[in-house]
Order: sequence, then C-alpha cells, then structure tokens
Amino acid sequence: MALKDYSELNPIQLDVLREIGNIGTGNAATSLASMLAKPVNIQVPKISILDFDTVTANLGGPENMIVGLLFALQGDVTGMMMFLLQKDFSHMVLNTLLGQSLHSFHEIDEMGISALQEIGNIMAAAYVNAIAQLTGMVIDISVPDICIDMCGAMLSVPAIHFANIGDKIIFIEDQFESDELSAVSQILLIPEVDALNQIMLRLGIEI
Amino acid sequence: MSKTVTVGIADLNVVKAPDILVTYALGSCVGICLYDARMKVAGLSHIMLPSSKQMSNVCASQPMKFADTGIAMLVQKMERAGARRVNMTAKIAGGAQMFAAMSTTAIANIGERNVIAVKAMLNQLHIPIVAEDCGKNYGRTQYFSASDGVMLIKSVTRGQWTY
Repeated sequence: MALKDYSELNPIQLDVLREIGNIGTGNAATSLASMLAKPVNIQVPKISILDFDTVTANLGGPENMIVGLLFALQGDVTGMMMFLLQKDFSHMVLNTLLGQSLHSFHEIDEMGISALQEIGNIMAAAYVNAIAQLTGMVIDISVPDICIDMCGAMLSVPAIHFANIGDKIIFIEDQFESDELSAVSQILLIPEVDALNQIMLRLGIEI
Repeated sequence: MSKTVTVGIADLNVVKAPDILVTYALGSCVGICLYDARMKVAGLSHIMLPSSKQMSNVCASQPMKFADTGIAMLVQKMERAGARRVNMTAKIAGGAQMFAAMSTTAIANIGERNVIAVKAMLNQLHIPIVAEDCGKNYGRTQYFSASDGVMLIKSVTRGQWTY
C-alpha cells in the first residue's frame, strides 16, 4: 500500500530516512569543512517527523529571526528542501569566510547574504547527493532563495504548499563543531508523497 | 486586566473588550480581524489557503484553513458572542511573498491569491475593509484589540506600526 502522508511511515521507513539524513549530514560536514578550510565535527543528527507547529517551537518560537534557504527539488524526486541557519551558524560561516562578526541579522550585507547562500547551496547539494546515491535517482536542485525573517512566516511557505498532504515534515537537526564554535542548523526535507514512495521502492522497502 | 489570546495557524478566535487577540508570524497566510465597535467584540482568523473548493479531501476536517470557510466561521462565532454582521468592519494583514524567486512553482503568489480570496469573501458578506497591510516580502505578527479595534503589526525587520 502506498503512503498517503508522512504520518503513515512505519519504524523501518523512518530508519531509512534517518540513514539518508546521517549520510547527508556527513556529506554536508565534509563540504562545510572544505569551504571553511578547517576541520568540522558533527554530532549524530536528530531526525524526526514533526508537524509544523512543533518545528516552529523547536526553532525558538514563531518570531525567532533566522536565515532560511529554500530549494526546489526536481527530477525523480520532487518537493522542497529548506535549510535553516540559526544566528550562531551564520556567525560561524561569516566569521570564517569573510572575517565578519555577526551581532545581529540586521547587519548582514550583500556579500554576507551571498556567502550564506553559497554555503546553503553546497550543503543542500550534499544532502541531495546522499539520496541520489542511495537510490540511483536523478535529482535536480534549484538555486537557493534566501529570506531572513521570522521563522514562523518562513515555514508558512512549505506549510501552505503541502497543506493538501498533511501537517508533517521531515526535520533534521545537525550540530556542527569547528574550533571552539558549535553551531546548529536545521533542515526540512519535504518530498512530495509520490517521491517518498519512489525512494522507498528503490531501496526495496516494503510499502 | 486584559488577557491576550493566541490564534494559531489555520485557527480563529473571538474575544470581548478589554482582551487582545494575537497571531504570530504571518507569512503568505492572511490574518483577518473583524470588529463590532458597538458590542466591542473582536475576531481574528488566520487562514492559509484561498479556497476550500480546491481541496475536497481536507476542507471538511479543517475549515479554518481556508479564506472562504474560515471567514464564514469567524462571522458565526462573533454573532454568537453578540456581534452583528452589519456593524462589522475588517482589517487584514499578511499575504507576503517570503521567497522572491519561487515564482516558478505551484505556490507562486499564494500570498496574493490569499488576499484576493479574503477580499472577495468579505465583499460577499458586505463587511467593509477599513485597513490593510498586505503583500511585500516580510513576516508580520498581528495584534488586535477588542477595546478599540486597533490592529498592531510587528515585523522583525521593519519595526511596528498600527492601523
């Protein structure tokens, strides 16, 4: 029986998604390390299937200001991916790449935006590659669209798009450590349900 | 003492003076504030999508998600609280486009379409819109006071202002 929405995922299927998240995070850490030109350690990522309200709460409440990077997935897997960078993570990137300190999001200039966009791009590609490699599927990823605002307002974009499927999304929380800095980033993976079925099918998971 | 009542996403609520309604972080969603100044009854509805007619599978379970069904429910709830539809005025906010370049996907202009749907529904119910703060590209938190019908908009990038 094919899945109709994310809440129908069974424990084995959730494990598959966790594994994809693990590999994706590993890839992303490698990319991040080469971009920042220093070692990056990762904690085991937390992966959960959550509804939008819980995601907003986990991100520090609806009014918390964060950087959001939105990617459209096309090809064999369609859907969306959203990269959320908290202030500490944005600071780590800007400090290393541009030598800037980030005290407030209001200070980010065009150069800073461009740097965050590029980091997001590389890390998102690392995630998507993990899925592509595991499944042999072809996945195209769009150029990122950036927004710095309240996280609740940002999340309304995927929430609206997927309102007909359900209220749940795949939430991956990564903790990266580099030098004395520790930074958290979150990834929302929102494949269309058809695409999710395809992924499971490719991996030989009974559905 | 007034208390503040939170309205979630795809949710609505009604209060009487001196209470205040708030809905956080409107992005492409639209917040509709209705007010009966005579009875000092205020209502706030936070809708996500323009029309319940496009999605028959979810509309029955979640009427508050849609502009058409959500506003109709809000009006009913306010009437039960003593308000009269002929006295109602509307102030609306939200319907932003948070991500500028997403114009190629199905969600292009969803904020704009939400605003159009909200206006059409209010027009159909003969409720005049006396203030609006819609569109553009920033998130909004919306407060609405039942004491005086003032709508306060807060943005993390632009400060705050009232209508």
